[in-house]
Amino acid sequence: MMNLRRDVFQAIADPTRRAILLLVASQSMTAGAIASNFDTARPTVSKHLQILTKCELLKQEQNGREIYYHLNPQKIKEIADFIEPFREMWDDRFNKLETIMKKYKTKK
Amino acid sequence: MERKTKVNAEDGKQDLMITREFDLPLELLFKAYVEPEIVEQWMGTKVLKLESKKHGSWQIETSDNKGNLAFRANGVIHEFVPNRKITRTFEMENTPFGVQLEFYEFEQLTDDISKLTMHVIYESVAHRDQVLKLPFAFGINMAHNRLQDIVSKLK
Repeated sequence: MMNLRRDVFQAIADPTRRAILLLVASQSMTAGAIASNFDTARPTVSKHLQILTKCELLKQEQNGREIYYHLNPQKIKEIADFIEPFREMWDDRFNKLETIMKKYKTKK
Repeated sequence: MERKTKVNAEDGKQDLMITREFDLPLELLFKAYVEPEIVEQWMGTKVLKLESKKHGSWQIETSDNKGNLAFRANGVIHEFVPNRKITRTFEMENTPFGVQLEFYEFEQLTDDISKLTMHVIYESVAHRDQVLKLPFAFGINMAHNRLQDIVSKLK
C-alpha cells in the first residue's frame, strides 16, 4: 500500500508526466496523439505512459484498432487529497487555540 | 461545514500559505502566540523558551504518552510587531527537514473576528513536499497499525 502511494507521487514528480495528465484530462487520446504534443522521442513518451498506466493514473481503453488513454479520476482524487491530513492537523490546532482563547476572554 | 483553515501549496514551489479566520478579537489571537502557557495548551507541547522580541529565540519539546521525547524544535525571532507580525525560523531537531522561514501576519477583520496568514518558505521544493506528506504518511502508518491491531486480535 505504501509503495503504491509512493509510486504515484514519483509518477507526478516528473514534469512531462504531469503535462501528459493535463493533456489527457480534457479528452482520451492515443499514444501517437499524445506524443505529437511533445518534442521528446516517441519511445520516451511511451515509457512515461507505461509508468502512468502502471500506477493507475491513466487507464487504457481499446477502441477498434486503437488504444486510448484516459484519466483515472479515482486515483487523481487520491493525490488531490494528500494535502488534506496536513490541513486537518492545522485545523485541529487552530480549533483548540480558538476554544482556549474564547474561555480566556470570558475569564477576564 | 465551511473549512476555516485553508492550505495553499502550489505545485513545484518551495513555499506554502496557511490561512485561518478566528472568532476572536485580534489581541486574543496574538496573545495565543506570545504567552508560553497558552502556546503549550493549544500546541500540546512544552515551551522551554519563548522570547517574543526581535533577536529572541524559542524552543519547544513534546513527549509521547510514555514520557519519551518525541519532538523538539527551535528557532529565532527576526521580527516582532505586536498584534501585527512575527517573522521567525523553525527547525525540527534531528530531522532531515531543514530550517523553514515563517511569516505570521495578524489582521483584525471585525471587533470579534481576526485572521492569521502563515507564509512558510522551505529550503527546496523537495523539503516542502516532504513536510506536507508527513501527516499523510503518518496517517497511513496509523491505518496500518490499526489493521495490525485488528488482525492480531483475530488470531
